[in-house]
Amino acid sequence: MIYKIILVLCVFTLALVVAMYSTYAERKVAAFLQDRLGPNRAGPFGILQPLADGLKMFMKEEIIPNVSNKWLFILGPSIAMLTACMTGVVIPWAPAFQGSKNLFPMQITDVNIGILYLFGVVSIGVYGIMIGGWASNNKYSLLGAIRASSQMISYEVAMGLSIIALIMTTHSLSIGEIVNQQAGWHWNVFYQPLGFLIFIICAFAETNRTPFDLPECESELVGGYHTEYSSMKLGFYLFAEYINMFISSAVMACLFFGGYNFPLIYRYIHDPLLITITGFVVMMAKTCFFIFFFMWIRWTVPRFRYDQLMNLGWKILIPLSILNIFITGIVMWLTHKI
Amino acid sequence: MQALTNRSKLVVKKEMTWVEKLYLPAIFGGLRITFSHFFRKKTTISYPEEKREFAPVYRGQHVLKRDENGAERCTACGLCAVACPAEAITMVAEERKKGEEKLYREEKYASVYEINMLRCIFCGLCEEACPKEAIFLTDRIVASDFEREEFIYGKDKLVDPIDKPIDVSVRETAEVAAFKKDKEYAHNLTWKDEKGEVKKKGH
Repeated sequence: MIYKIILVLCVFTLALVVAMYSTYAERKVAAFLQDRLGPNRAGPFGILQPLADGLKMFMKEEIIPNVSNKWLFILGPSIAMLTACMTGVVIPWAPAFQGSKNLFPMQITDVNIGILYLFGVVSIGVYGIMIGGWASNNKYSLLGAIRASSQMISYEVAMGLSIIALIMTTHSLSIGEIVNQQAGWHWNVFYQPLGFLIFIICAFAETNRTPFDLPECESELVGGYHTEYSSMKLGFYLFAEYINMFISSAVMACLFFGGYNFPLIYRYIHDPLLITITGFVVMMAKTCFFIFFFMWIRWTVPRFRYDQLMNLGWKILIPLSILNIFITGIVMWLTHKI
Repeated sequence: MQALTNRSKLVVKKEMTWVEKLYLPAIFGGLRITFSHFFRKKTTISYPEEKREFAPVYRGQHVLKRDENGAERCTACGLCAVACPAEAITMVAEERKKGEEKLYREEKYASVYEINMLRCIFCGLCEEACPKEAIFLTDRIVASDFEREEFIYGKDKLVDPIDKPIDVSVRETAEVAAFKKDKEYAHNLTWKDEKGEVKKKGH
């Protein structure tokens, strides 16, 4: 019990720290891809920049518009942050630590419906944006919230369908199980390349990242769902987006890229503590690569227009993912794996 | 129809091949281009450790010059204030007292002379308007500050220091020298003649 509480605190801290430093990484990566240096004045190489940003967020004035619905206004970012943090509990961060008599799992709960839980929580995250945008009593916020939420629910369908093909091969919904099956070279990306492609496109759409950042870009242009927000509530919205990005990267690493497995290393390492630590490092390396990939794509690809976005989600990705299920089924039948 | 220039470009409206319609190859090409930028030399200039070069006649902070004897040239005539498009200059004039001949060149001087650096647009019209060649723009940058009131520069910040006069010779161009010799404008001006002596009208 105590162990679980400590693990929860550790994962929570990890998620927050990684999200904090991915704001720093975003600015540095954006700068380097644009032939300039990023922030490098706050601390050596600008390492303390996220602390400065956090402090700025705290010190600003909290404005709640008079005509807005006050409780729903506060509820919006709270839901966004809550669901962002809740998704971290089912991801295996490292191989279980084999103590002298107990096995210490590095996953907070290994529910046997892990993936379903993940999708359920992500769907609730849509409420955070919708409620926040609607409760602001601002036409631009409402439009931004409507676009954001319709984008998110459209791409959830394709994401779920692409995962179904994966589950057909793994015979299990539990993420810990899926990671364990990928020992050595049997990473799922080699068995489900189309599924991975669809999943990564939908992950970009779910986290509102470019090229699907129409809700965000409206906030650069006019409004978007966080027009009326200031200080910590805005901080929550932005931070929830970065935590979502981190968790999406972690999920992609677990489901398709083997999680904490890396070919050949477990043959040479036998000390349990070293196994756990190496697994954790490998997992974080893959997650960080995907976070970098998110940022890399952001500064490469122009953003979609809204109708192109909807076209892609409904008319291209869903048929493709259904096709993927068919192909997976046929191949499994032919190789007698059913 | 005859083309008006010979800079025409043929626009090709081809349908995309199915490989191109995937957009994935194009995206990968784009990713490769952006990644190559990751390793290039950055063009950022780390101010204040590195600085860019300014033009020699860069218009920065103002200076109220003194003449060769150390007396202030400004006579608070107000032409700079009238010329300023941003209405940044204000002044209060006063009469020179008995013992102050060394401090001020003429009988009227500016006891309070203020330029609001936040309003100033550094256009240099005040420098062009001044008949006494009193105000010049130098290449010093106006420093940043936290309060708006600190940006109203008074005479303490604007007048040329006695011990280290600021060099504005790049602004005193050939046209300025010719202007100085022009009899129509030669009231109360000093100039240097061919031998390098300082001349003043009436002497």
